[in-house]
Amino acid sequence: MPRPPETNPGARSPAAWLLATAAVTLAPHALHLPLWMSGLCALLLAWRTHLLVRIGAAPSRVLILALALAVAIGVRYEFGHFFGKDPGVALLAVLLCLKQFEVRSPRDVHSAVLLSFFLQLGLFLHDQTLLIAAFALAGALFATVTLLRLQDGEAPTRESLRSAGLMMAQAVPFLLALFLLFPRVPGPLWGLPADAFSGTTGLSDSMEPGSISELILSEAIAFRAEFTGAAPPREQRYWRGPVLTAFDGRSWRAVPTLSTATPPYTPFGPRYDYALTLEAHNRPWILALDFPGPGAAGARYATDLRLLADRPVRHRTRFALTAYPETPVGRFESPGALAIARQLPSDTNPRTVALARELAEGAPDDETILARVLDHMRELGLVYTLRPPLLGRHSADEFLFDTRRGFCEHFASAFVVLMRAAGVPSRVVTGYQGGEINPIDGSMVVRQSDAHAWAEVWLDGRGWVRVDPTALAAPSRIDAGLAAALPQGELLPLMMRPALSWLRAARHRWEAVSNAWNQWVLGYDTLRQHELMRRLGVAEPDWRTLSALLAASTGVLMLLLLAWAHARHRAADPLDRAWDAFCAKLARRGLPRLPWEGPMDYAGRVAAALPTRAGVVRTIAAAYARLRYGGNGPADPAATRALARSIQRFKPK
Amino acid sequence: MPQIHASRLLDAANRIILGKAQNLRLALSCLIAGGHLLIEDVPGVGKTTLAHLLARLIGLQFQRIQFTSDLLPADIIGVSIFDRESAAFRFHPGPVFAQLILADEINRATPKTQSALLEAMEERQVTADGETMPLPAPFFVIATQNPTHQIGTFPLPESQLDRFLMRIRIGYPDREAERALLMGEDRRELLQRQEPVIRPEDLVALQRAAAAVTVSDRLVDYVQALIESTRHSADFAGGLSPRAGLALLSAARAWALIENRDHVLPEDVQAVFPHIAGHRLRLAGDGRSAPSEAITRLMRAVAVV
Repeated sequence: MPRPPETNPGARSPAAWLLATAAVTLAPHALHLPLWMSGLCALLLAWRTHLLVRIGAAPSRVLILALALAVAIGVRYEFGHFFGKDPGVALLAVLLCLKQFEVRSPRDVHSAVLLSFFLQLGLFLHDQTLLIAAFALAGALFATVTLLRLQDGEAPTRESLRSAGLMMAQAVPFLLALFLLFPRVPGPLWGLPADAFSGTTGLSDSMEPGSISELILSEAIAFRAEFTGAAPPREQRYWRGPVLTAFDGRSWRAVPTLSTATPPYTPFGPRYDYALTLEAHNRPWILALDFPGPGAAGARYATDLRLLADRPVRHRTRFALTAYPETPVGRFESPGALAIARQLPSDTNPRTVALARELAEGAPDDETILARVLDHMRELGLVYTLRPPLLGRHSADEFLFDTRRGFCEHFASAFVVLMRAAGVPSRVVTGYQGGEINPIDGSMVVRQSDAHAWAEVWLDGRGWVRVDPTALAAPSRIDAGLAAALPQGELLPLMMRPALSWLRAARHRWEAVSNAWNQWVLGYDTLRQHELMRRLGVAEPDWRTLSALLAASTGVLMLLLLAWAHARHRAADPLDRAWDAFCAKLARRGLPRLPWEGPMDYAGRVAAALPTRAGVVRTIAAAYARLRYGGNGPADPAATRALARSIQRFKPK
Repeated sequence: MPQIHASRLLDAANRIILGKAQNLRLALSCLIAGGHLLIEDVPGVGKTTLAHLLARLIGLQFQRIQFTSDLLPADIIGVSIFDRESAAFRFHPGPVFAQLILADEINRATPKTQSALLEAMEERQVTADGETMPLPAPFFVIATQNPTHQIGTFPLPESQLDRFLMRIRIGYPDREAERALLMGEDRRELLQRQEPVIRPEDLVALQRAAAAVTVSDRLVDYVQALIESTRHSADFAGGLSPRAGLALLSAARAWALIENRDHVLPEDVQAVFPHIAGHRLRLAGDGRSAPSEAITRLMRAVAVV
């Protein structure tokens, strides 16, 4: 049975705001909701908009109930159960949309607003970026406006927004007190344990042709580094990821390694101190700069020279590290490890193996072989490109003899195959090369697009020596970055295009802000909290002390706010506010109202001082006097608004 | 529109009493508020003319009682005299049985006589020989008083002063007005020829309209703040009574009506306040009547809300 249309136009105002609240709240949820549910929500909200604009008949309660049931069944089907955050949030999102059709009494609005507050909180279960926080805040603002409209549906929009903004501003001190003092549990503040396992990009512990060129299309940040002092030169900025030793003719894999609490080498040469903030990638390796010095907290040193975290990095983590790029490493490598680094599958890449044997012919030592291999590769005229042709089973053969076009993984892989075929221990190292300084906050940002693969060769007496075969074809990849290294006409990832420098500048700014957010808001954990408390003179900040501090500070804040509200009590009246604004305008002109002066006396004095404004001043004062003293109770809102507008337009000059 | 009567009356009065518009306005608002008026000033500035003029303009029965030190209450109220024909005492009403009474130099009479008049003012009736007789309506007393430091006077006690709604001082005319006065026609003759411009009923209508003038909560806040400040002020011995507060409000209502407004503004309160408070407040030190500067100072210490 269709319901009669809502007749009271004032009742539509909170409904429209409630609709806007739902739209703002649910928009970011669309990133995580199943597609059909996002679509359903959008459809329901659009329908509701139509009803509000055209004042149509609301759907019957039976239909709403049936829809709710259908959605519940759909959620059960989609997620398999009703428990946990994803099905819960999905169900609530659709219910918020359905509730829009049931807004009949203030109680309905209240419950819907409460629901939207809950869903704004639910946003943080998925991610905690600045953008999401902004969305949640906007949703909270809209919800507050909705509640205000419930009280006064006739007030101008700007007035309601202003009041809601003021209310939220009053909450800020409480927010700060709760943020700083609420006892923290170790670990991430928001994430549920399962969260970090789902799709994050990054290096894996295997590599085949094309896997890195796919990765570099992503502009996502892999990690940030903040150096105390100067950063090392670009050609030394090799951030080590998985070291790939096992080869099956096409793809490379890492082999299990041991790890120790101290580095398997003695640091040498210049030292760089930096803090590395690693984005979650669900892998234990820390992409440390070659080669990490001793004393890295929460990390161990693998025999393949990687730095490993104690457990997979499942949330953004900060490490204080040192690096000694010129350290000689692996001089006393075990024969077993070297044997593995010489292995090649016997039935693959026959042409490459033959070439290697030819180049190794009569060479006195491994260094000569290395020089010959590099010379030969240089002469081949290999082309560095983001779009290499697909390679088959004998990847090194096809790259070196047929296509001759490849990305860094092709270069590194073919080089290592050549070296191994020539009998020199060698391996592929993946990681990141380069990094860009953000001019806004001075931190170095390393993106997935900086992903790189290079090689290491073991030379007697020198140990593992880094060789970057990509540099043979595109030396600028190493000293200027990917954008400079690719040939003209190659389609670059959007952000790397030189024409979009303004976009890059904007991105720098945004990333600096979100880095600060990450470091200071999300990164405010138990340790930082205790550090802050100690600095404030709280020696033993256990949860009891913190709770007491929290209670005390919120109490004091509450009292301050009450005192302020009391002092401001009068100006809360819109008529008083308008008159105060008028007096303030004239006071700036040197004509303040004396405290004992009534409106007409004041107007008379002002009119004498400003003869050109006499008329308007008297009109405003008379209107105010009539509204203020002409009757009891709150002044007529429409007339008050008209007066406020004419006061706003009034210029004393 | 009863306000038209007020403006008509003021226009006519200003033609006869020159340069005293503010005083005329105050006097009229005192009548509209239904209160009695005390005029305090040196002789010869036109106190009597003012009272007489008001009576003429409104067409009220007028009686003048010159107070002297040997005036007795019976001279005011009247006496019962044995009538031989009817063989009974017959009451001969005194001058108090009029609509507007000018009690000239009230502080020259003895307190006993003063209080006979003041009781009549308060009760609006007199009792003689056990018989109570109502006084005519409207009933106004305009008393004049010479400044009390003159010899041979009996200053009115505070309790009696409170019976007067307002006290005004007329003061000397300004130069221009005085010249017009000196050069022009005799005021007394003008007064004799003056016809009423409104009827007594019109005055009653004005009084009703004044009672209907709106007093908002905010204005009461202001009035209360004013009254409280007199009670807490170190300048004065004792503050204004609740009766004074009521007097202040009704005078302010009348003033607002004369200003052609249907609601009272703080300005209206400020206009009448010195004349309501002046004779009711005493200075803290020597108990002298409060000078107007002290009252202005007090008024400026209270913010308009």
